[in-house]
Amino acid sequence: MLIDHLLSVVTFAPLIGAAIILLIKGDEAVVARNSRAVALFVSVAVFLLSLVLWFNFNKSSADFQFTEKVEWMPALGLTYHMGVDGISVLFVLLATFLTPICILSSFGAVEKRVKEYMVAFLVLETMMVGMFAALDIVLFYIFFEGVLIPMFIIIGVWGGARRVYAAFKMFLYTFAGSVLMLLAILAMYFEAGTTDIPTLLGYVFNPDMQFWLWLAFFASFAVKLPMWPVHTWLPDAHVEAPTAGSVILAGVLLKMGAYGFLRFSVPMLPEATEYFTPLVYALSVVAIIYTSLVALVQEDMKKLIAYSSVAHMGYVSIGIFTLTQQGVEGAIYQMLGHGIVSGALFLCVGVVYDRMHTREISKYGGVADRMPRYALMFMVFMMASVGLPGTAGFIGEFLVLVGVFQVNTFVALLAASAMVFGAAYMLWLFRKVVFSALTSEEVRKLGDLSVREKVIFAPLIVLTIWMGVYPVSFLDFMAPSVENLITNYNAAIAASDAAPMFAQLFGQ
Amino acid sequence: MTFAELSMALPEIVLACAAMLLLMLGVYKSGNTTPMVSGLAVASLVVVFLMVISGGYPAGTGFNDLFVVDDFSSFMKLIILIAAAVGILMTTRFIQREGMNRFEIPVLMLLATLGMMIMVSANDLMTLYIGLELQSLALYVIAAIRRETLKSTEAGLKYFVLGALSSGMLLYGSSLVYGFTGATNFDAIARAIVAATSGETTASIGLVLGLVFVVAAVAFKISAVPFHMWTPDVYEGAPTPVTAFFASAPKVAAMALFIRLLAEPFGDLVNEWQQIIVFVSIASMALGSLGAIMQKNIKRMMAYSSIGHVGYALVGVAAGSAAGIQAVAVYLTIYIFMNMGVFACILSMRQQGEMMENIEDLKGLSKTSPAMALALVLFMFSMAGVPPLAGFFGKYMVFAAAIDANLYGLAVIGVLTSVIAAFYYLRIIKIMYFDEPVAAMDANGGEIKAVMVVSSAFVLFYWLFATPIINGASQAAAALFAAG
Repeated sequence: MLIDHLLSVVTFAPLIGAAIILLIKGDEAVVARNSRAVALFVSVAVFLLSLVLWFNFNKSSADFQFTEKVEWMPALGLTYHMGVDGISVLFVLLATFLTPICILSSFGAVEKRVKEYMVAFLVLETMMVGMFAALDIVLFYIFFEGVLIPMFIIIGVWGGARRVYAAFKMFLYTFAGSVLMLLAILAMYFEAGTTDIPTLLGYVFNPDMQFWLWLAFFASFAVKLPMWPVHTWLPDAHVEAPTAGSVILAGVLLKMGAYGFLRFSVPMLPEATEYFTPLVYALSVVAIIYTSLVALVQEDMKKLIAYSSVAHMGYVSIGIFTLTQQGVEGAIYQMLGHGIVSGALFLCVGVVYDRMHTREISKYGGVADRMPRYALMFMVFMMASVGLPGTAGFIGEFLVLVGVFQVNTFVALLAASAMVFGAAYMLWLFRKVVFSALTSEEVRKLGDLSVREKVIFAPLIVLTIWMGVYPVSFLDFMAPSVENLITNYNAAIAASDAAPMFAQLFGQ
Repeated sequence: MTFAELSMALPEIVLACAAMLLLMLGVYKSGNTTPMVSGLAVASLVVVFLMVISGGYPAGTGFNDLFVVDDFSSFMKLIILIAAAVGILMTTRFIQREGMNRFEIPVLMLLATLGMMIMVSANDLMTLYIGLELQSLALYVIAAIRRETLKSTEAGLKYFVLGALSSGMLLYGSSLVYGFTGATNFDAIARAIVAATSGETTASIGLVLGLVFVVAAVAFKISAVPFHMWTPDVYEGAPTPVTAFFASAPKVAAMALFIRLLAEPFGDLVNEWQQIIVFVSIASMALGSLGAIMQKNIKRMMAYSSIGHVGYALVGVAAGSAAGIQAVAVYLTIYIFMNMGVFACILSMRQQGEMMENIEDLKGLSKTSPAMALALVLFMFSMAGVPPLAGFFGKYMVFAAAIDANLYGLAVIGVLTSVIAAFYYLRIIKIMYFDEPVAAMDANGGEIKAVMVVSSAFVLFYWLFATPIINGASQAAAALFAAG
């Protein structure tokens, strides 16, 4: 019974929690305490429920599992269709895993309007999970865009000094890309006569149409990913967002763009994908090198990590478009690893920010003297971000490079060389903040991690090491689906006469 | 004239009698009659609504084909009646409080509603004109009802002068159409056009000229660019509940009339009018979204917003298909609810007994009146077209119709203007949620709260109960295309 509707329950249970929180009344302290408790309870419960997905998922199948299908708006051809395959199931788990951590991490950090904050986070969780689980393309769009509402509010209300600018930029950039995707979705609907994703995956669009559809999808996913040169909203959003907002943004929302490539652009529009692959490589390589260099000169800790996110997502887009088993698996793995590690790094920044209320790198120095446990933990995540073997970051980057090396050695060379920059800026950040001489009086007063903070970081450390040491337990989930994706893609390319069509279109 | 024909117009007849009776009541009864007249006016609208929704009267054409009752007219009448009832409901307390306690206002609103119903049911250029004038004359008066204030007088006068101009254009266009087709009846015009254009590739230039004049005149009424100039001034100058009324029911009626005109008598001239509609639609969307950005007065902003929304609705009209008309019908339904909700919020903007109209007065509303702020946030996101709120589904349907009709350019421009429009809707949210409060708003009356709650519930839960609305709109569109 429950297992039949598991995805719906996981998706909408946070909304019920949000509704309960809205009903809490009383004076401010009581409301704050109760909303925190309810939000934490609901999000942990949702995570535990979603673990059923982990244990009951059939890892040998590439099909959609846990599917649910209900008539929704028959007049518009829309169905409520949910389900997960090997690509999306881990993202659902990532979202349900990070939400309770975010909620717990804001217990000390968010003091004003706690009730609204918790409501926004639970609504956000519904949207994120729904987006990864949706199997109707319009339903997907609704969740994809719906994310903007809570995120706009989270950045705008609980953000830093330039929060209004950052919130508007985030919203308008994403919205502008997405509305073009909506038109592409509509065009696909009228062409194929359905909005059902599994059916669309089997439909062959003609190459001329694929060209425009691909560009429209790209407009949306490239902003969301984000790819150079439309990445500029991300550093602003990250810097101004509250810690938990940054964690969710880096941990889950950035994955939505790449997930879109994997779910729509590549399998539905294979010929256009082949045609545009050099463009994606070029933009990704520029992103990796350019943003790594930009990260080297940042003065704000969060901004540095934000730029490093853009660079890491560059590996993801390269990996996806290699369309090799290693490359795509590496891209997905990189996303999961980055979700955990960059989320953890933002939390690390949050820990010292909560104590010192500044993110300026130069204000710190010698933190290791006062917070040895914190320094150790920060180091683990920093190394994982750099891609040290034995951590989550290594597996993803390594697989991506293996994949791309088979396809294009030049891109592989450029991407691999940029890993050095990654090591450079992260080590520089670590040295400046954690080591170097203890000069600041404020740093001298710092206390080490509290119990709450240890509880937050413990699962993240475990996962980082687990993912680095024994990646098979995650790769097993995705292998059949990725294989299926690549087989279908190659079959579509082989079957098509795409090359002459595009030559016709642009040859003149 | 038979009894069957009379009973076709039963809802209109009931409404006309109610308006006249209420006028008598207001004149002869002593004391403050406004609450009673308003209450009875709403009650009569409810009765008429039930009559229309039950469909307990014959459909078809009557009165020598001057008048038509079909699924399309019924659907539009239902929206108009809801909008009118809510409009009167929101007016009552306001006019008593703000020193313009006149029982004539609800009566005039009833008469305007009657005019709108006739517009929707018009099947002849003459009926159309009569309905339009009845509506307009009533509206001119209520725009200027606060005759001691400069702004209200200005609003009334502007509305009247420009409205009279558009009526003149309508008459001139109608006479040209009559001259070139020999008929004023919609069906006869359609037949004459088919006969005249069969074998020829282009319609006669005189007929097209007539069409252009008629289209321009109706574009005035729906305040589509470039015939929109009166809108911001009239919206700002008229008393707020009157503005709420202006922005809803008459828009629906004029849009319905527009659709019937284009689909039925001029259905065969689709190639001629489609380009006009595409232009008007793009211009309205662009000007609506750009013009609103700089506004400081929330009523002026809503005027530009309504211009933009008319542009989006016209996207569906431009598609020229049953799917397009269906989309417009749904869009208008959703628009009415959003619009009523926003105006209920504007009517609640009162500090120490004084009405506030500046957007800045909403500062920090999320702290002083969280419920109202939440409702307004829902309306703003919905108007911007962010899913899962109702406004998204309206936009989804009109753009779907445009894509289906291969109007890709229109669709792309449309969605891009919606991004620009999102900016000023977000600005309201920013002011309410991100800024610090200055002063708290006064508590407001029960009926305003009710409108707010109902509208926000509609906007929030539209996705749950959309199917009956979409199906109703589908029948409405089918009626138009079956007849034409």
